Amino acid sequence: MLRPLLLSCLIAIALASCQKQTQVERANEEGIMLVGNSAEPKALDPQLVTGVIESKIIGALFEGLVADDPESDDAMPPGAAVSWEHNEDMTEWTFQLRPEGRWSDNTPLTAHDFVFAYRRMLTPDLAAPYAEMLYFIDKAEAYNKGEIEDFSEVGVRAIDDFTLALRLREPVPFLPSLTRHYTWFPVPRHVVLQHGDIDDRFTPWSELGNLVGNGPFQLSEWRFHDVIEVTRNPHYWDAENVGLNGIRFFPIENPYTEARAFLAGQLHTTYTLPPDLVDTMAADYPQFLRQEPYVGTTFVRLNNTRPALDDARVRRALSLAIDRELLCEHIFEGYTPARSMTPKMGAYEPEPVLSFDPEKGRELLAEAGYPKGKGFPRYSMLISRPSARASAEALQAMWKEHLNILVDIQNKDWGSYISAQQSLEFDMASAGWIGDYLDPTTFLNMWTEGNGNNNTGWHSDAYEELLDKAALQADPAERYRLLAEAEKILMEERPVLPVSWYARNYLHRPEVKGWHPLLLDNHPWKAIHLEP
Amino acid sequence: MIRQILNRLGQGLLVLFVLFTLTFFLVRSLPTGPFKTERAIPEHIQAKMEAYYGLDQPLLVQYQKRLVNLLSGDLGLSLRLEGREVSEIISQSFPVSLQLGLVAIVLAITIGVPLGILAAWRKNSLTDYGAMALAMVGICIPSFVIGPVLADQFGRRMEILPAMGWSPLSPAFWILPALTLGLISAAYLSRLTRAGMLETLNQDFVRTARAKGVSEGRILSHHCLRGGLIPAVAYIGPAFAAIISGSLVIESIFAIPGLGTHFIKSIETGDEPVITGVVLLYGSLIILANIATDLLGVWLNPRLRSTR
Amino acid sequence: MTTTELEKGTSLWHDATLRLKKNHAAMAGVVVLAVIFLACLVLPSIPDLLQDPNAQSLALKNRPPSGEHWFGTDHLGRDIFSRVLYGGRISIAVGIITTAVSVTIGVCWGALAGYAGGRTDDALMRVVDILYALPFLIIVILLGKAIEPWTVDLTNWAVDLFAGKEASVSRQNETRTWVEPITTLVPLFIAIGALSWLTVSRIVRAQVQNVAKQDFIEAARSLGLGHARILFRHILPNALGPIIVYTTLTIPGIMLFEATLSFLGLGVKPPNSSWGILIEEGANRMASNPWLLFFPSLFFASTLFALNFLGDGLRDALDPKSSKD
Repeated sequence: MLRPLLLSCLIAIALASCQKQTQVERANEEGIMLVGNSAEPKALDPQLVTGVIESKIIGALFEGLVADDPESDDAMPPGAAVSWEHNEDMTEWTFQLRPEGRWSDNTPLTAHDFVFAYRRMLTPDLAAPYAEMLYFIDKAEAYNKGEIEDFSEVGVRAIDDFTLALRLREPVPFLPSLTRHYTWFPVPRHVVLQHGDIDDRFTPWSELGNLVGNGPFQLSEWRFHDVIEVTRNPHYWDAENVGLNGIRFFPIENPYTEARAFLAGQLHTTYTLPPDLVDTMAADYPQFLRQEPYVGTTFVRLNNTRPALDDARVRRALSLAIDRELLCEHIFEGYTPARSMTPKMGAYEPEPVLSFDPEKGRELLAEAGYPKGKGFPRYSMLISRPSARASAEALQAMWKEHLNILVDIQNKDWGSYISAQQSLEFDMASAGWIGDYLDPTTFLNMWTEGNGNNNTGWHSDAYEELLDKAALQADPAERYRLLAEAEKILMEERPVLPVSWYARNYLHRPEVKGWHPLLLDNHPWKAIHLEP
Repeated sequence: MIRQILNRLGQGLLVLFVLFTLTFFLVRSLPTGPFKTERAIPEHIQAKMEAYYGLDQPLLVQYQKRLVNLLSGDLGLSLRLEGREVSEIISQSFPVSLQLGLVAIVLAITIGVPLGILAAWRKNSLTDYGAMALAMVGICIPSFVIGPVLADQFGRRMEILPAMGWSPLSPAFWILPALTLGLISAAYLSRLTRAGMLETLNQDFVRTARAKGVSEGRILSHHCLRGGLIPAVAYIGPAFAAIISGSLVIESIFAIPGLGTHFIKSIETGDEPVITGVVLLYGSLIILANIATDLLGVWLNPRLRSTR
Repeated sequence: MTTTELEKGTSLWHDATLRLKKNHAAMAGVVVLAVIFLACLVLPSIPDLLQDPNAQSLALKNRPPSGEHWFGTDHLGRDIFSRVLYGGRISIAVGIITTAVSVTIGVCWGALAGYAGGRTDDALMRVVDILYALPFLIIVILLGKAIEPWTVDLTNWAVDLFAGKEASVSRQNETRTWVEPITTLVPLFIAIGALSWLTVSRIVRAQVQNVAKQDFIEAARSLGLGHARILFRHILPNALGPIIVYTTLTIPGIMLFEATLSFLGLGVKPPNSSWGILIEEGANRMASNPWLLFFPSLFFASTLFALNFLGDGLRDALDPKSSKD
């Protein structure tokens, strides 16, 4: 029994070593890009998903009104629409669709598909988890909540086959950027309805063999936790400028496995890179290592209803004792020390209020009635992932050293971690937030009363007034000024303690061309090609 | 004999029923749920989603519905992978775990059992210490250390074997994960075989045989092997079921699309139908494996036949 | 075993000790175990001898072994030597408690099933089947939640006991720091032990079935000896080998399982550590900083090697038949 087995092992090794080519080299010849994509998508129906993982694949299969630019965050190249215009206060928008637009089954793509998509997304019974993203449209929220039943009242209209009109509830100067998010993508009316009703969640329309999209690629293989493969869509309007023949997405959950696979020549790009490996890679493989800014913030969420934590002086003291430079240099590899909640984006620059000043922290703590940490309650900080452990331990040590406050660290499984925060049954939690679109509101709106992502028990009327004022402001500069003022209130009160601004650390092969650093990390797949 | 097997299978059905009931209520008391996402889902939408999956009904009504569906062979829909049938998920991932597990088990038996016999035969010699030290290395070095070392060595340095992924037809993908998975079982088997063999080698009938001048080889193969394998066989039954139904650690280290990955993700998200499906499959395998090992035990130990 | 062996008088123990002393491998195991246990249990208790295992110095992170830090420093600049010794306390305690509980239950359960046979056997073994197939992780998560309020009370009670009710907050905090790992971990791992006896019971059952059918047991039975006496004095001693071996095999599994649990918030709380956690953290960084993996693994492996050789020696020493040799 032993001998045939050993023999077959040897033969296998011999066979494998005969293939002198790595998988990447073979893929280079075939024009196929191999992409690490972290996890198995929940679904590929753009209207039922909420994750970044899904958005990568959906971005290859579908295209919004406005496309992503490979090199710039601010450029708005045309996508399904050729041109667009708006009225003076930016509440009425008209998009002119390209007449040659086709679905991947060669059916024409029309404005009615967009109307259908937005209607489906907002249909209460579909229960689309991310329907909120469309609430910028007039009356969309009321329709989604079942308060009105006539969809014609909602601000979406097809003027003709190729003209889409949107009426918004408030001025939205960043609407073109917003339509690049998958919640704004069209879905093929003829295919969705062929498999079920508009409010049917379980239709197989987005499964392998059925899915029809309008993006540069089409779905050709889908094995759970194994691979999703897309290949060139011949009916795409810009098919001749698509540089790849296909993309394979590998849902590799373990980031160490992903790094090993990359170094073994099995991937062109990884989804992430564990911070512990950054130094080694910088030394041994500088040609592969990429470190780029990303719109996201790590922070410590505080339960503002707990004794001591309900005092803004205590919250500021905790924040002043965090040495963010030290943390970013040694633990959050490549991250920048946070200076405010919202990271830098475009012209928006909030006041850099956050600093390290333990002396001031001790003063504030004494003022609040806890001199030298005396009598401070023993609280614990929730973390949910092994990777959060090092930074939590560092924070714990800083609070102990500078404020003489003891904080416990409590690991939780994901479900308990989330539900403890949502029900305000926690003291502190290590958390993070990634922006959905390039506008500060994606970081500021969540701290309003009743927002499902607030979970601090904190709210401020003055803060919400400023946000409301900004929402009605069509002038971008004045709008940013109002938002910055709101952010100032947030940082004075400090219901959460921002720690660092995200960076994306990953490994990337140099033969991939047309891939440039982008703040939202949405690299348009059509612009990429391989040059081995 | 046949009646005994039928009897055990009948008991097995009862076991599966109890398993389903326990699993259902255990999973439902977990604090997690498929709709707990990093970004809060608005309440009105969460309520609609729960209604869609029937999660808004009383727990006992849901239990009854699930049970009726199960009896008609319907495992239900996954809550995590939107709208996918549990049977589709299992039929895609179980063959992968099965194939990997079989290779690993064969490796474990072919390495572990001979090593254990050798060590027992040459007890307290250098061979014995060497073999047992080797086994201890297999036990002391966890698979999350061996796996990455192997993947790094053969994948990155030598570039001859893939460091991740799976292909049912290409043995290059099986070697490293099967080796990592099989090593621990091989170590356990060799330790247990050695212990079992020593117990039998000490028995009076062996002494008698030796006194009669029977050769050592014959004593090992004809007199001791059967009795000596009893502990190893008792261990291998459940271990077999566990290995072929997917190893979480190995699948994570080598990114293998097996059952273990689905299982852990389902536990994280409280995806009750998938958990139940996997538990029932695993339970069935346990039952079958235990029946098989008990039969094997009877064959190894003929005296058991008389009473039952 | 102890009580039944004692009944026979001192000579068997005396013989066994003598035989054990002659077994070099076993005696080497005893010495190694003694050194490790003393190092982990005694050294951390001597004030100011070791560096604070939780003192960070980010500027000195990831340093290789040196005169200052014998085993080097970790990713937060903490002294690995101290962390290994302090972590050893947790791992050794967890390994011993859990294994003791699980082996006790497993031996009794398996022996009963194997000896009684028939319906009793069927019923007992079907319970084992069910427990095998239930998702262990889910049970442990729920178990952890179920005993949490109880351990919180226990911790508070213990803190009051050792620090005194009127003690200052900082004194109470100090006490809590060393009391809490004990009061939270011990109940949890007793519970885990109570759930992980399944394989032991199957092995014991098979072994008992095998021995029970042999001639000398028939002889004992025909002499009219009681069941308990036959089971504990005649059958189990003859099945001891595999039991001891499996016991020594469970300990590493439990020690590593503790690390998995602490990522679910059930094991030891950060910044404290255990061998399992140190090995996991080391495994992630083994390419660049191999000492992070090497030293914790060295202690872990030495302990297990020693335990196994001692286990084998014990089996030989206690073997009822070896006296006839």
